[in-house]
Amino acid sequence: MIDKTVSSASAAISDIRSGMTLAVGGFGLCGIPENLISALLSSGITNLTCISNNAGVDDFGLGLLLQKKQIKKMIASYVGENAAFERQMLSGELEVDLIPQGTLATRCLAAGYGMPAIFTPAGVGTEVAKGKESRKFTFHGVEKEYLMETAFEIDFSLVKAWKGDRMGNLVYRATALNFNHVMAMAGKTTIAEVEELVEPGELDPNFIHTPGIYVSKIVQGVHYEKRIEQRTIRARNQSF
Amino acid sequence: MLDKNGIAKRIAQEVKDGYYVNLGIGIPTLVANYIPDNINVVLQSENGLLGMGPFPFEGEEDADYINAGKQTITTVPGSAFFDSAMSFGMIRARKIHLTILGAMEVSENGDIANWKIPGKMVKGMGGAMDLVASAENIIVAMQHVNKAGESKLLPECTLPLTGIRCVKKVVTELGVFDILPEGGFKLVECAPDVTIEQIKAATKGRLIV
Repeated sequence: MIDKTVSSASAAISDIRSGMTLAVGGFGLCGIPENLISALLSSGITNLTCISNNAGVDDFGLGLLLQKKQIKKMIASYVGENAAFERQMLSGELEVDLIPQGTLATRCLAAGYGMPAIFTPAGVGTEVAKGKESRKFTFHGVEKEYLMETAFEIDFSLVKAWKGDRMGNLVYRATALNFNHVMAMAGKTTIAEVEELVEPGELDPNFIHTPGIYVSKIVQGVHYEKRIEQRTIRARNQSF
Repeated sequence: MLDKNGIAKRIAQEVKDGYYVNLGIGIPTLVANYIPDNINVVLQSENGLLGMGPFPFEGEEDADYINAGKQTITTVPGSAFFDSAMSFGMIRARKIHLTILGAMEVSENGDIANWKIPGKMVKGMGGAMDLVASAENIIVAMQHVNKAGESKLLPECTLPLTGIRCVKKVVTELGVFDILPEGGFKLVECAPDVTIEQIKAATKGRLIV
C-alpha cells in the first residue's frame, strides 16, 4: 500500500514555503480545509498567492490568513463577505485578481487534465478580456469569440473531503464537493484533510470522486466547526 | 407597481415545463416560490447542485448543503451534486434553459453590468460572467431606477460590464421589457397602476412603446 497518511495538519504543510501559490478548496465556508488553514495560520508562512473561489469571512477561513497579512495575492471570483479583504484590496495592500467562477474552476481542471490552456466565452467584451488572446470558434453552429485562459500553476492544493483512505482516494459530501475535486487534481502537490480517514478497501471504488493518484498527503481533520454562512430556514407550514 | 415578490411572480410565468433554471441571488431566488405546481422544473445552483429544494426546517440545517448564495438549502428527489468545473461545463454547453439574475445596469443592446462599482464596491463577478456569456435565455430582475433615482435601463452601461449583448428580457417594478435584436427596450407589459408616462420618465435607454 502506498500510504499517504500524515499525523497532523502541521506535518502535512511542512513543505509549504513563503511565496508559494496555493489553491484552497471550498465555496464560501462550505467544504474549506479548516485544519490546514489553521496550520498555515500558526506556521508564519507569508507572501502567499491563494487561489480560492472566496476569501472566507473576517474571522474564519482564508479571512484568518488575510487578517495576519499572510496573503500577498488573492485569485478569487467573489469576495463580498469579507470586510478586511475589501479594505486591503481598495487600499492596494492586497493584490487581487477577480476572475469568473467558471474560468477559475476550468483553469484548475486544465491543470488537472494536463492541458496548458482552455477557451471560454466568459468575460468577452469586459475588463477580464484585457491583454488576453482571443479567438473566434464556431461551436454548436454559432460563431463566437472566446478568451484563452491558461492552466493554473499550483504549488500546493489544500482540499477537504468527507472521507478518504490512506491511499488518498477521496469522497466529498453534498455541495462541499464544489472546488475541492478540481483543485485536488490541479496541484503539483495536493494535501487533503478528511472528516473520516479509512483503510483502503473501505470506500467503494465505484463512488470515488478523486483518485488517490492526485493526492500526496492525507490527514485526519479534527474539531470541525463547519460554520454556516447564511442560516436560512423555513417555517413548518411553508412549502418553499 | 410591483414589489420584489411581484417581480419574482411575474418572472415565474416565463418558466416552462421541463426547464433547467439557474436563479441568481436576490429577487431571482424568490422566483422559486412562484413556479406553478403543475410544471416540472429543475433548479441549478452553480456551486454544484441540480435539484435545489426549499430552505430546511429549523434544526435541519446542514453546512454541507448550501446554494450559490451560501444559504442553507435542501435537495429534492432526483437531485445531483457535481464539482464546480462540471457546473460551468453544463452552463457553457447550454444545458440550462433559463438564467435569471439581478443587475445594476442593462443597456438597450442587452449589455449587463452587475459586479463592480470602481473605487466603491468590488465584490466580484462570481459565476455571472460565465452565465451571461453562455446562456441563451437571460432575464434580468431588478429595480427600474437606482437609489439615486437614476434609470438602470440605459443607452449604454456606465459601470464595468459583466457581459455583452446577452440580456433578452428585463422585469422591473414598472413593467416587462424585451430587448430587441436591433436594440431598444420594447415595452411588453405595464405593471398594475403604472402609466406609460411613468415608464418613459424612468427609462433613459431607447423605449419602444
